[in-house]
Amino acid sequence: MLPSQLTPASFSAYPPEAKALAESQLELLRRLPLAFLPLLLRELIVYDWKFPAERAELDRQFRYLSSNPGLPGFSQLKLSRELEQDDWVNSPAVFSEQLSAHLWATRQIDAFRAAATDYIRRATASAPDAALPAHRLGVAIIGQGVERNEYRLFRKLRPNGVYYSQVKHQNGVQTILDAAAARAKEHPAPYAHWYIDGASTSSTPPSLTAVSYAALAASRATLQARMQKTYEASVFDPEAFRTMLAQLRPEEVGLGMSSDAVLDRFKLSLLTEGSGTQVFATTFVQWAARETLRRAQPITLVARFTPRQREKQMNELLAERQRKPELDPAGSLIDADMGAYYTWLNQQRLSGDDKSAFLVWFEDHSDAIAISPALARGIRLDTPIELADLVAKVA
Amino acid sequence: MRGFSPAEISRSISQSRRNFLRSVTGAGAAATLFGPSMLSGFVAPRNRKAVVVTFGGGARDDETFMPDGQENIPHLLNELIPHATFYTNVVNKGILGHYVATASIVTGVYETFNNFAAVSPNNPTVFEYFRKDLKRPATDAWVVAPSNGFARIGESGHKAYGPGVGAGVILPKRLLSAALSSQADDARYQHLLRDNYETPLYAPTLAGNQIELGQMAEVLKLSVDDFAAHARSLASPDELSVYIAKQLMRQLAPSLLWVTLHDIDIAHSGAFSLYIDGIKRSDRLCAELWTAIQQNPEYANKTTMFILPDFGRDSDIDSGGNGFQHHRTGDTLSRTTWMMVLGPDVKQNVVVDRPIESIDLVPTLGRYFGFEARYSGGKPIAEIA
Repeated sequence: MLPSQLTPASFSAYPPEAKALAESQLELLRRLPLAFLPLLLRELIVYDWKFPAERAELDRQFRYLSSNPGLPGFSQLKLSRELEQDDWVNSPAVFSEQLSAHLWATRQIDAFRAAATDYIRRATASAPDAALPAHRLGVAIIGQGVERNEYRLFRKLRPNGVYYSQVKHQNGVQTILDAAAARAKEHPAPYAHWYIDGASTSSTPPSLTAVSYAALAASRATLQARMQKTYEASVFDPEAFRTMLAQLRPEEVGLGMSSDAVLDRFKLSLLTEGSGTQVFATTFVQWAARETLRRAQPITLVARFTPRQREKQMNELLAERQRKPELDPAGSLIDADMGAYYTWLNQQRLSGDDKSAFLVWFEDHSDAIAISPALARGIRLDTPIELADLVAKVA
Repeated sequence: MRGFSPAEISRSISQSRRNFLRSVTGAGAAATLFGPSMLSGFVAPRNRKAVVVTFGGGARDDETFMPDGQENIPHLLNELIPHATFYTNVVNKGILGHYVATASIVTGVYETFNNFAAVSPNNPTVFEYFRKDLKRPATDAWVVAPSNGFARIGESGHKAYGPGVGAGVILPKRLLSAALSSQADDARYQHLLRDNYETPLYAPTLAGNQIELGQMAEVLKLSVDDFAAHARSLASPDELSVYIAKQLMRQLAPSLLWVTLHDIDIAHSGAFSLYIDGIKRSDRLCAELWTAIQQNPEYANKTTMFILPDFGRDSDIDSGGNGFQHHRTGDTLSRTTWMMVLGPDVKQNVVVDRPIESIDLVPTLGRYFGFEARYSGGKPIAEIA
């Protein structure tokens, strides 16, 4: 099927809001090149479960495309007949995987990459970002459970902010959550204020959207069981495996019972699209923070890294009949230090980056780094400071 | 680096490696030491040997040659680089999946098959050129590879070469799984087969010239019990691979030995500290192999060792990736890597900035051994060949 052959009936299997949007944009969709359109449909088909920021972004792209449907960078890519015959309307994610393989194999991936980069740049520049109600604030809490540390923390972030070595931190986590809740109260908006935790989020202020690795234990176990079953099949097909993951519904892994279908879908995507998120708490928190920033574009994000399970060495695995769950706080601190850096990078990719602030605190320790346009860069302060005062500097 | 062209970024990476190496080793430029005249009258000696070590799971400069990474590669920096010619700018223009990329290095052609398919390379491998052109026996070329997916890396599907003229392939983890499962329950050792970090679930049907458990005692002069017992003392699959490689060197002394390390690729799990552990282990194992070469009379003073990652990993600044975790963006950092070459015919403590490609290795080995890699798209590297 080619884009020009699309009809309203083509979208009959789409969820209601996605279907309505597709039908309203049908004339435009017919004019888009095949190397591009399924990628757009991949976003559109899940429109019903998109965050407000994502919907705004998709709307902006439609407005841009209405006056720029040619997309020469994509039109010039040579696709195979097999790709044309795919059911790219109803399975755009599968098509994307196959398109990616085709582009790598035919050495067109660089051209595609250039076209995609150019498209995003132009579409983003075509309309200004909405004004933010407040500057963005990101907070990473790292190192839970670590007693002594010899790793040089904040090594990537130090050039960008102030390293505080004498932070007084009584009730530190609660202090940070209270500050986040205060921002949520002052600037209420759907999915604008988030708390991601490797542990439980049972005491999270209700004004924050919460995601917890620990709370997803049952879903992770169900998913891992399905993955293991696939692994043990006589013939394993990685493409079919990816398709299976892409088509999972929240209720199949024990999600979908809440009143927030958007958040349930998001949680599922963290487990099915992230690599390592099913088994490592540190990876989950980093990936969840990345995806939250990329998709929901919050103005407040608190990410608390907790210890992941220890990766056992081969000789240990061979010696033990059953794996006993152990934690690796020291290794997790290193993971989280890098995760905090990536979270800052991802925050800086959003609008308002010139006003954004970021704080990393080594949980239950006196080390923190703060980054803000109001603070100096690359300096160390050894004078005592209350964590609440430090939070106030960036919040 | 926003706004820079890929070529500029590639040069920048190369320059960073050069500056760093100069600061720590005092390495000099190759341009003053080599020239076309160096190649005239060259005759490949018959008793030369080569050991190639590739990292399946590239390590970025940030974690190796940049200041923060130096602590992770003490053996490369202090023991190997002072004796090596170091290429700072090795570009991989092919598909960035470990099996297909290794196959591309092995054939000298950018292979385009599905990375996750159990297929042989389409083009003749270096092992087939080596054995067929030089009439070498099967025992003279071996591959030690990390995962089942590499079972067919030893010989191609090319009609002029193919079955019977390639390398023997040893998959140590598969052997270990078989050895242990014969002593206990199968399920207990399933994790040994779960060795491809690019996708969490991959166990292709084996087909190829890999040796099985029953052959191990004959080939390696190693009993199943001794093998299993030794494996229990090792920390990782790469340590097992190097153990097997050293056993091969002692028993068969192959002239062409190819070892692919894979521990670094645990980076796909997203755990930065485990990725760093993999780098440190690879650093140590490379030095161990070089020491083994120097201590083995069959290898000492006649062996060239090549060490190169198959490609890099995504940069932190590319929003399409997730930093060190993957190699999916195809950005310049993920395509640009390095190569270290050591041996009696190789100039020591020299840095070469000129861009080369990873597919240049096979024609270089061809010039080194005296065969023609006639289907390769690469070019012999002048300083070595």
